[in-house]
Amino acid sequence: MNNATENKPVIVLRDVEKSFGQVKVLHGVSFEVQRGQVTVLIGRSGSGKSTALRCIDRLETVNAGYIEVCGHVVTDPALELRKLRLDVGIVFQSYNLFPHLTIGQNIMLAPRSVKNLPKTETVELARACLEQVGLGDKFDAYPEQLSGGQQQRAAIARSLAMQPKVMLFDEVTSALDPELTGEVLKVIERLAAGGMTMVIVTHEMNFARRIADQLVFMHQGKIWEKGPGAILDAPQTPELQRFAAQEL
Amino acid sequence: MSFDFSPIFDRWPMLLSGALMTMLLATAATALGFVIGTLCAVGRNSSYRAASAICAVYVETIRNTPFLVQIFLIFFGLSTLGFTLGAVTVAILALTINVGAYTGEIMRAGFNSVHSGQWEAAECLGLSRLQTYWHVVLFPAVERVYPSLTSQFILLMLASSITSQISVPELTGNANFIQGVSFRPLETYLVIGVIYFALSVVMRQAFNGIGMLIFPRRRRLGTAL
Amino acid sequence: MVSSFGTIHIQFLLEGAVWTIILSACAFIGGGVMGLIIALMRISPVWTVRTFAAAYIQLVQGIPLLVLMFTGFFGLPAIGVPVSPLMAATISMTVWVGAYLGEFWRGSLEAVPKSQWEAAECLALSRAQRMFKVIIPQAVRNATPGTVGFMVQIIKNTSLASAVSFVDLTRAGQLINNSIFEPFITFVAVAVIYFLLCFPLSVLSRRLERRMARGMAKA
Ligand SMILES: Nc1ncnc2c1ncn2[C@@H]1O[C@H](COP(=O)(O)OP(=O)(O)OP(=O)(O)O)[C@@H](O)[C@H]1O
Ligand SMILES: [Mg+2]
Repeated sequence: MNNATENKPVIVLRDVEKSFGQVKVLHGVSFEVQRGQVTVLIGRSGSGKSTALRCIDRLETVNAGYIEVCGHVVTDPALELRKLRLDVGIVFQSYNLFPHLTIGQNIMLAPRSVKNLPKTETVELARACLEQVGLGDKFDAYPEQLSGGQQQRAAIARSLAMQPKVMLFDEVTSALDPELTGEVLKVIERLAAGGMTMVIVTHEMNFARRIADQLVFMHQGKIWEKGPGAILDAPQTPELQRFAAQEL
Repeated sequence: MSFDFSPIFDRWPMLLSGALMTMLLATAATALGFVIGTLCAVGRNSSYRAASAICAVYVETIRNTPFLVQIFLIFFGLSTLGFTLGAVTVAILALTINVGAYTGEIMRAGFNSVHSGQWEAAECLGLSRLQTYWHVVLFPAVERVYPSLTSQFILLMLASSITSQISVPELTGNANFIQGVSFRPLETYLVIGVIYFALSVVMRQAFNGIGMLIFPRRRRLGTAL
Repeated sequence: MVSSFGTIHIQFLLEGAVWTIILSACAFIGGGVMGLIIALMRISPVWTVRTFAAAYIQLVQGIPLLVLMFTGFFGLPAIGVPVSPLMAATISMTVWVGAYLGEFWRGSLEAVPKSQWEAAECLALSRAQRMFKVIIPQAVRNATPGTVGFMVQIIKNTSLASAVSFVDLTRAGQLINNSIFEPFITFVAVAVIYFLLCFPLSVLSRRLERRMARGMAKA
């Protein structure tokens, strides 16, 4: 358990730089995520949190630096994207469920066509994942028949069905009413308790403090502070101090 | 002068067989043209330069030349090259090539109207690009552009009249024959004008029905999206 | 004596192309006037006028242009109206273009914001003044890209006049093919000339559309 390979971090970002055209968005971002650890990215709008997350799943290609996820070198141009995506699940603010498929079909699609699992197996898998997010009765519903919170939980179930080693969440509750936010956060907390390695971008500060093993505060494309949830209570920099004062 | 429709109605079997041939041409070319057009749209959006260039040249060539010239080129051109295809086969081939280009543009607009989040979600689930087209994008894209497709396929049915110029025995071709033997041109063309109009109405209704059948959201919401 | 495709044929094709352009211009002018009338009728406050225009559009859009051509060419003489091929083709194209442009321009007129209609009304302008001084100038801007695009359809569809023995570009090609029987090169040459006529208009139409979309995004 304590040997070196077991302690190898699951996610590594080292000096990651990213520009959109002339605009530099990430200025040398570095952090690591250990197995089973929950890392929460916080920071003002435009500070580069989403961009950092998208770089981890190679939805954006970086300009410089090194990223490794579950042993895949993400920054290697020859990386086989499919293999990376089999290990990484990502959930967005706008659920992005496929509107013409039922919730069940949404969840079964990737296991069937990417992993080539037999139909009966994927049906069971989908039902289990829906149970896990508390939507056991919505297998045959269409996305538009669900509330925002239910759609977001279905989107999480869809990612879980691929049995990823890492889950990324980008402001998954930002589009939701406060009442619906809670049910989604509960699902994520349950995942954390189950030992899932996760990187979460959120504006819910209480949730962040509660769930974070590691809190990363980003500001203007740089990591300003990094540490346990408690750094929110004793900010070392005026930027985090101001941010914490505003958000809490 | 007085109208006399009896010589035309007396030849109703010719009108009927002509109308059936028109519908055959329209149906076959609609089905094949949809496939060609969809493949063309995929090719045009592809990151392979050659594929996208070939599709663009195809679309622009077809859209900027008359169908009549296209069908002459195919009909007479193929025969000089030593291929002897029947007029009906050539007609279906030419109509398919023609409508494929227009459908390609419509489908491309449909694909591009699908929100980038859908592409991204599919990508993150590990679906390949073709899998994404097939499972995720195709259906919503068709749903979005269904009214344009419907109009295009009705225009195709009307354009099939042009195949009479290579003597396909469809409605207009048979009408040309009837007016030649009856010396009643005005009545003849009025009658087939009405038949074409009826066919276009039937086709529109059929497409609406099919739309209701295959797009459950359209059915549930009662409207187009 | 069968000769092979040469300059003399190209010259003959170009003469045909001139007639294609002439017929296209006649069709655009005739169809434009018809289209404007139909579009205005379509938004008339009088139910019968509106319905008549709607029925006209529906009917013409359900009939092939080729059938309209034959009706004009064979039908008009049959009721005692002698017509030349150019005349018959122009009349048929006018009827046909009128329906499509009428429907399209109606959309452009209705796309002019309601507030403009109301503002024009408040200025105490007559209905005709409102239409021609305030609404139409604005609708023209919306309609231009699509109208230029439709000109491509007009040029291409004049080829059907060849079926009523009007010697346009397509008919010229047929005549050449009948004499030398080299269909491939002949009809490729015909297609190339059509392409040279149509493609610039297609490009222009797309450009105008993009410019308008940009203008809209800025506004
Ligand atoms: N595709 C893009 N093209 C150009 N600029 C972009 C793009 N995506 C993001 N940016 C810019 O990069 C910067 C960082 O954006 P990012 O979305 O990562 O911020 P964020 O921290 O997630 O903000 P928010 O809390 O609003 O989601 C912003 O200034 C944004 O305008
Ligand atoms: Mg963001």
